[in-house]
Amino acid sequence: MSTPARPESLARLDRLVAALIAKGIVTESDLVEAQARTDRASPEVGARMVARAWLDPDWRRLLLGNGAEAAEHMGISMAGAPPLGVLEDTATLHHLVVCTLCSCYPRAVLGYPPSWYKSFEYRSRAVRDPRGVLAEWGTTLAAGCRVRVVDSTADYRWMVLPMRPAGTEGWSEDQLAALVTRDVLVGVALPRLPVALAAE
Amino acid sequence: MSVPLLAPGDRVLVKDDWPEFRGPAHIRTPHYLRGKPGRVVRVLGGFANPEDLAFARPAPKRVLYHVVFERPPLWHEGEAGDDVLVEIFEHWLQPVPAERQAA
Repeated sequence: MSTPARPESLARLDRLVAALIAKGIVTESDLVEAQARTDRASPEVGARMVARAWLDPDWRRLLLGNGAEAAEHMGISMAGAPPLGVLEDTATLHHLVVCTLCSCYPRAVLGYPPSWYKSFEYRSRAVRDPRGVLAEWGTTLAAGCRVRVVDSTADYRWMVLPMRPAGTEGWSEDQLAALVTRDVLVGVALPRLPVALAAE
Repeated sequence: MSVPLLAPGDRVLVKDDWPEFRGPAHIRTPHYLRGKPGRVVRVLGGFANPEDLAFARPAPKRVLYHVVFERPPLWHEGEAGDDVLVEIFEHWLQPVPAERQAA
């Protein structure tokens, strides 16, 4: 998955970049800015969007109606990015995101996909046996909760809006956002209170 | 985008077509759904047809839908009530006639 790039690939990349710059299609600073934007993207962005949705009903409506517009409101540039859809978990419906065809992933708000998300094993098993996959992640759903696998096959990118865990009443946006990990945003895990707090 | 021919709630059948066997192709309809029955959940919008984009051909916009497939009929296993939600382009969907929808 993360084998180092071959020297001839890097040389080809250099020639491609030089040609694009020579033809005026991109500039050096475009590339630097694009690289910086990619590096800034992380699951913390998605986590904050979720935490805000737990606290603010208006924001929640915006997020569910148009994820990309909501991301723009948080200062994330979505220009050129695919549309972002947000999947609302309920007490009776849990979402699990996979891309069976390749590795489509909402990079603008989650950053780079982890290698397991791109693995053949996850891509084939999540869509065939989602409950088995969730069990292996140690994720237990409430009785009666249906599982909806969302296969990201085309032009949208999807993230999960999980349910706010019990025991977080009065928490700040920062405290709530800390519960929302990358795995929660993909749907393989649920937000969990730190063990020390959960034991109280 | 052309006017969507399908609406939320419509029963559909994914075409049992395999362009991959006729020559170079880039298809965003997963194999496991070919020929399977589903239900339109929402219209997602119009998007350039990836089957043309992949070969740098002019790519007219096609209507993209979110279509849900019940899990047990799809895999002959799994829990009733579980399902799979997938983006499918209109030209891959056939409407199921109303008289067959009651069945």
